[in-house]
Amino acid sequence: MTKEEANAPRAARFLVSGPPLLFLIVFFVVPSLIMILTSFRFPGEFGGLAPITAPAGANHGEYGLTTEAYQFFFSDILYAEIFLKSFGVALATTLICLVMAYPLAVLIAHSEKRFRNLMVLLVVLPFASNFLIRIYAWMIILGPESGLSHFINAILGAFGVAPVTLLFSPFAVLIGMVYVHLPFMVLPLYTNLEKHDPSLLDAAQDLGANGWQRFWRVTWPLSLPGVFSGSALVFIPVLGMFAVPDILGGTGDILIGNLIKDQFLGTRDWPFGSALSIMLTLVVLSVAGLAAWFARSATGQRAV
Amino acid sequence: MALLEIRNVTRRFGSYTAVDNVSISVEAGEFFTLLGPSGCGKTTLLRMIAGFDLPDSGQILLDGRDMVGTPPEKRPVHTVFQTYALFPHMTVADNIAFPLKMAGKKTHEIKTRVADALDSVRLSNFGNRFPNELSGGQKQRVAFARGLVNRPRLLLLDEPLGALDAKLREEMQMELINLQKEVGVTFVFVTHAQNEALALSHRIAVMNRGNVEQIDEPSKIYGFPRNRFVADFIGKISMMSAQVLEASPTHLRLDVGDMGEVTTAGKEGIKAGDKGTIAIRPEQILISHPSEAPRLKNHFLGKVQDFLYAGDVTTYIVELANGAYMEALLPNSAPGRAKFFEVGDPVSVSWHHDAGIFLND
Repeated sequence: MTKEEANAPRAARFLVSGPPLLFLIVFFVVPSLIMILTSFRFPGEFGGLAPITAPAGANHGEYGLTTEAYQFFFSDILYAEIFLKSFGVALATTLICLVMAYPLAVLIAHSEKRFRNLMVLLVVLPFASNFLIRIYAWMIILGPESGLSHFINAILGAFGVAPVTLLFSPFAVLIGMVYVHLPFMVLPLYTNLEKHDPSLLDAAQDLGANGWQRFWRVTWPLSLPGVFSGSALVFIPVLGMFAVPDILGGTGDILIGNLIKDQFLGTRDWPFGSALSIMLTLVVLSVAGLAAWFARSATGQRAV
Repeated sequence: MALLEIRNVTRRFGSYTAVDNVSISVEAGEFFTLLGPSGCGKTTLLRMIAGFDLPDSGQILLDGRDMVGTPPEKRPVHTVFQTYALFPHMTVADNIAFPLKMAGKKTHEIKTRVADALDSVRLSNFGNRFPNELSGGQKQRVAFARGLVNRPRLLLLDEPLGALDAKLREEMQMELINLQKEVGVTFVFVTHAQNEALALSHRIAVMNRGNVEQIDEPSKIYGFPRNRFVADFIGKISMMSAQVLEASPTHLRLDVGDMGEVTTAGKEGIKAGDKGTIAIRPEQILISHPSEAPRLKNHFLGKVQDFLYAGDVTTYIVELANGAYMEALLPNSAPGRAKFFEVGDPVSVSWHHDAGIFLND
């Protein structure tokens, strides 16, 4: 074999992996670096960014690099609160999705093979219509004139409780978040549960385990990889989501996503927006790392 | 009273009858085998004993108590599955501890019994391993230990040696016999491998198409098969149609068409004129050069049609003058010798007057 022939597979490998790699470098790595740099700059007088080097003839104004944006973040407890609240919403959404998706995934995994693909299709079918339209639909469903609102308030009224507004509340935000992200929990869980060897449940039952014990000692621990990947797929996007709270939330329901969006489109404080984004990224990365570590130790590296 | 009593059990799937009015009783301490080809109903029967399936009619009694209505987890019956079904997320020790935990045993008792169980299957140092770190034979032993650790009244074994290679399978057979002797638990073993059934069992029930064809000790099953199916399914056997010419308690004189007459051992309930089959095992047939043939009553000439070398023995397929085939077996007593006859060699086949068995239609 000549040297050229030996190198041929390497060239082929590069041809295959090169384009996506290039794409990621241009559209992910470079923008990330720009963001990091931006977060250490001064905002421009009328939005945008102040120049890094002093412009000729300028003797006032701010230029160069600064940690002002980060100082600003830590100077006001408000921002930490918004982070914490976003975390709360993300956690609640993840847990609700898990509780709702698990039985559904079990049902699909245990149904007859010919129905499974149809059921999976039904789970992802909502993606066929536009995301914003689906959220606006919830605006109508939760609106004060909707049947749902009338129904709930009629029940509350019967008990002498004052009527409530469903829309523009944390409750509406949570409903929207769960609705949008539920398929991302169902699919990894189903993929995992579908691979389980049914004879393990037979064996557990044969050895004396009742229904609850069979779930808790066999199905649940074996499904943990699916639980973790589904949770990551829900938790991380929810943390950065701004459209749902924008549309369904009230004025008090600002999450990190809205805050960041406002810095770029409203206040036009780009460095602070970038700093917030980077803080969020760091938090997400550490959560994801923690989840991966948990997943490994909980399921045992050696188990399936 | 028998430990396990299966009374007139029938199980149908649609129009297909998987188990057809089967009655079996198994005594305490017995190694009982359900033997039959795939689809004979042996696995369905096993699943009904375990409780995973219910009979359409009939009863399954354990210690005299009807088991219908008792779910699998409440039956004092454990199963060793064909695929072992070890829990992949648990260590070997946790796998074995599982039935004890489910039974609500105390922690210290679980500990000592798991250690004993590991010891009994020679896996004392493997408690902390995970199932996928074990070889096939080791997994098998863990499955045995897990099935036996809570001392069930009955251990069901569903083709447990099916996944092992021949050498290991033989080793595990010996281990299984010793294990059963040691713990004294009643075994109901399901297999389609007749040599395994013969080697392991105290008694065998041969099943075919949902029916029990014969229940007997291995040597009786092999030596005195009740019908053509049992004779053919277990071991090798040569069969020829025959009609009884003369019947006495000690011997039968049979007419085998073109070949003339054959004498065989007497059998109850046979009378002159009965039609049936004469069946002879290959090891009962003496094959020799025509000139050296022993002077036996049953004596025919033929020629070697083919042979199968198996190392220890060679089986010769002999074509008789009338076109019938017989299998004869000869040990390769001389080292390095693969065969004593060549294809096409004229040979004489003969057998003792009490060898062979007449199976009436």
